[in-house]
Amino acid sequence: MSALRFTKDHEWIRLDGSVATVGISDYAQEQLGDVVFVELPEIGRKVTAGGEAAVVESVKAASEVYAPVDGEVVAVNDKLGDDPALVNRAPTGEGWFMKLALADPKQLDGLMDEAAYLNYIAGLA
Amino acid sequence: MTATGPGTTSGHRGLLFEEPLIFESGTEGRSGVDLPDPPAVADRLGGLRRRTALGWPGLSEPQVIRHFTRLSQKNYAIDAGLYPLGSCTMKHNPRLNEKLARLPGFADIHPLQPVSTVQGALALIDTLARWLKALTNMPAVAMSPAAGAHGELCGLMAIRAAQDARAAPRRKVLVPDSAHGTNPATAAMCGYTVEAVPLNARGRVDLAALRRALDGDTAAFMLTNPNTCGLFEDEILEQAAAIHDAGAFFYCDGANFNALVGRVRPGDLGIDCMHINLHKTFSTPHGGGGPGSGPVTLSAALAPFAPVPYVVHDANGFRLVETAGDAAAGLAPLGRLKGFHGQMGMFVRALAFMMSHGADGLLQASSDAVLNANYVLARLADRMSLPYDGPCMHEVLFDDAFLKDTGVTTLDFAKAMIDEGFHPMTMYFPLVVHGAFLIEPTESESKEGLDVFVATMRSLAERARSGDAAPFLAAPQFAPRRRLDETRAARQPVLRWRRSNHPGEAA
Amino acid sequence: MRYLPHTPADRRAMLAAIGVPSVDSLYRDVPASVPQKPRFDLPDHQSELAVERALTALAEKNVAAGAVPSFLGAGAYRHHVPAAVDHLIQRGEFLTSYTPYQPEVSQGTLQYLYEFQTLVADLFGMEIANASMYDGATATAEAALMARRVTRRNRIVLSGGLHPQYRDVTTTSFKHLEASVVALPPDPSGGERAVDAIDGETACVVVQYPDMFGRIADLTALASACHAKGALLVVAVSEVVALGLIEPPGAMGADIVAAEGRSLGNALNFGGPYLGLFATRERFVRQMPGRVVGETVDVDGRRGWVLTLSTREQHIRREKATSNICTNSGLCALAFTIHAALLGADGLARLAALNHAHAVRLAERLARIAGVRVVTEAFFNEFTVVLPKPAVPVVEALAARGVLGGVPLARLYPEVPSFADRLLVAATETNTEADMDRFAALLAEVLQ
Repeated sequence: MSALRFTKDHEWIRLDGSVATVGISDYAQEQLGDVVFVELPEIGRKVTAGGEAAVVESVKAASEVYAPVDGEVVAVNDKLGDDPALVNRAPTGEGWFMKLALADPKQLDGLMDEAAYLNYIAGLA
Repeated sequence: MTATGPGTTSGHRGLLFEEPLIFESGTEGRSGVDLPDPPAVADRLGGLRRRTALGWPGLSEPQVIRHFTRLSQKNYAIDAGLYPLGSCTMKHNPRLNEKLARLPGFADIHPLQPVSTVQGALALIDTLARWLKALTNMPAVAMSPAAGAHGELCGLMAIRAAQDARAAPRRKVLVPDSAHGTNPATAAMCGYTVEAVPLNARGRVDLAALRRALDGDTAAFMLTNPNTCGLFEDEILEQAAAIHDAGAFFYCDGANFNALVGRVRPGDLGIDCMHINLHKTFSTPHGGGGPGSGPVTLSAALAPFAPVPYVVHDANGFRLVETAGDAAAGLAPLGRLKGFHGQMGMFVRALAFMMSHGADGLLQASSDAVLNANYVLARLADRMSLPYDGPCMHEVLFDDAFLKDTGVTTLDFAKAMIDEGFHPMTMYFPLVVHGAFLIEPTESESKEGLDVFVATMRSLAERARSGDAAPFLAAPQFAPRRRLDETRAARQPVLRWRRSNHPGEAA
Repeated sequence: MRYLPHTPADRRAMLAAIGVPSVDSLYRDVPASVPQKPRFDLPDHQSELAVERALTALAEKNVAAGAVPSFLGAGAYRHHVPAAVDHLIQRGEFLTSYTPYQPEVSQGTLQYLYEFQTLVADLFGMEIANASMYDGATATAEAALMARRVTRRNRIVLSGGLHPQYRDVTTTSFKHLEASVVALPPDPSGGERAVDAIDGETACVVVQYPDMFGRIADLTALASACHAKGALLVVAVSEVVALGLIEPPGAMGADIVAAEGRSLGNALNFGGPYLGLFATRERFVRQMPGRVVGETVDVDGRRGWVLTLSTREQHIRREKATSNICTNSGLCALAFTIHAALLGADGLARLAALNHAHAVRLAERLARIAGVRVVTEAFFNEFTVVLPKPAVPVVEALAARGVLGGVPLARLYPEVPSFADRLLVAATETNTEADMDRFAALLAEVLQ
């Protein structure tokens, strides 16, 4: 799991070659509560770092999910349509949101590693 | 359906009836309305006669009466008890108003009858407008908006029209952190971006932050006053001056006008525009979520942009201006927001309420509303936790600090209130305090009634603090249903009955 | 004051408990320079009898549509509402409850709204419906806004057969959005080619059925043309009773139906409150505006209902909400539901057949008057006639003789001079043969 990088908005990203997988952190799913719906982007959409890429809804809240880095959406997790609770059960695993073909993998360097992120959320409480 | 309740064969428990859906009890070929045979004619339907089956169930009149009577018994209502929903002003709904709204001369008139045949209706709208203008000290009022949020849309569109007319369009609307969600939603519908202004430590808008946020691109500041923390904005004159210095307009969400009516006129506070929820302040019934009515008072600068239709008076009596082209020179209506002329049925009720109270009674009503809220504050302050000091206006805000480490949340507490026979207060709103309890008793509650409520709240607070969380977590136990699974409802929405939803269970 | 429970002694005791000398001191946060308790040029409180007298006198200055033969429609049709409806909606548990935020003590409201959603969806041949909107005009505007969200396109095409107030409300709603609203010219002849107005940027075509002039036409080809270009078909309905007799929009390919539902259960009310209906396809559910009720279970496994999908709404989504609507038309929806339950499928079909038969007979009578032409071929309970004279003074003259004889199109289309001699006439089950005879006779007289 050490390959995960995190944003201040609680997205994670994991790079495999030139394609990266994006989801929301365990902390984020816990804050949201039971996820009931995920609105995913269409394949081929260009997203920019910090721009809206998806929406995640729980019973009482809805949040934008922002793209951690620039890229193009090459895959989305269709399983979330039938089973949005995957986001709660396995936020950094089967509950992933989308895969991005990255414009510039170096952008990941600007994000937090897991230790830094855990430190960051500890400061939020 | 899930019919088997504990211990009875029928599923009913005394006066608590389990009631199926009309689709489950209805039968084809039955009707509760007798209609004559249509005269024989060659149809002129152009071949479009309905072929698609209609699944409406057939029921007789006694079945329908019983069905809806049983459903009604599953509802809490003002008529049954205290309904202290903050910022909703659940006051008594006088029955005189219902009677008058049903007079054929009001209820059975068509909106497009010749105006010569509806002079009384137009006079009523004009009279209600006069009351609203007097009570707010504002020169104009747009009567057609259908509810508070619709009134906000009207007000912001008038502001936008006024600024666009000066060829000086602006793009930003400021709202406090504590604003009702309709405010930003409405601003977005008018093409504005929304910027939040924080509150200060006293629960009011941070004046310095407001001044910093105001600039040449600010169209308006939307304020609720008294605000959603139940507090009067004591720097409102300074806010108004800053807003007007920036060339912006001051919009007031009038949801909380019940604290001020008959005592303080919003026009004297520098407000340019305020919607009035007739279904709150002026007692038109809430009806389980409407219909409402949201007239918008307007300053002289905004009045020319009021939407059509509106009532005018000339030598021939009253008439309606129904299209922009019919507007007098110098007026530039922003368009039309609603079919026909507004919520006439609500106008009759609201005017009956105002005339019954009169100016003196409205002042007494707002005074009693504020007295009641402060009484609740005073009697609960030592058992619950106040984020901001009083006095409050017509509603009092507590947070959940007093529940810290009890294992009981605001939601649990609210559900326990249901078991005690009270409707819960507004909870988790405003968002600026943690686990909000927003309590608005209104002027309709007697001291005896409030004493029972206060004693109950104190007892619940003590029980929670004593570590007895179990009854809260299990609550409600004495309602027609216990806690419902909202996650399931949202994950796999079932929004209509289908025979296939409940195979084998339909009648 | 009969509505205020406190005695002076209560108020004194409460002030003592609060620890202030007077209510005035509770208003100490009001700036000193702001006048408090001003003198109003308004009367003081009055007895119930006095208020009743005053407002009854105003009511009596109006001609109630039921007191005279009345043939007005144009989006508001006079129907008989069974007595049971008004009795039930006045039960305090319905009348004086709030939006059902606490579902455990609001199952009555939630269950009837669920029944309402099912009835509405079924009536229109659609899959789902919401729990109501303000009226037909605002529902139509909301439908166009929804089509824009669904398609992410910014061009809205309004048929010329759309009620001009629905058109104006929609146009006003789009005024400040980055979108264009193309309103086709009104054309009572049925020659409109809305298909030609659809392009690759079109979010939706909004068409009325039956249309503003009373005309009914098959929408299947228009729906196909919309879908072929990726646009939605929005169908506005201003007379829901028609659906008891004519094919529902859903069967013709509509994607959204926005309607005025007041005809069932509710009075004319001089135009408000009315009842907006909104139905669509299941796949668009998360873009649908307004409140919606869903089925679920409680912790004991018993079926129950809750407001659901509320994350689309303003109190959570704030500036990103699907709509700013909050209060809707709950009690009007209840009245609709009760009237629909009384009618059932057979009753509605019979009611619709009566309406149509009366309209056909009235059209036949009026067509026999010299100089009068009925120009609507296929219609439900309303049609357009051409008079040999301007319609506005004719209608005034009829009113002076005690007949409300239709709506002159000039009132709704002052900008279309060629409509000056057009009169829109409706007949419902409430019109007797004698009413129709009287109308025809007086019209002939006035036209002489």
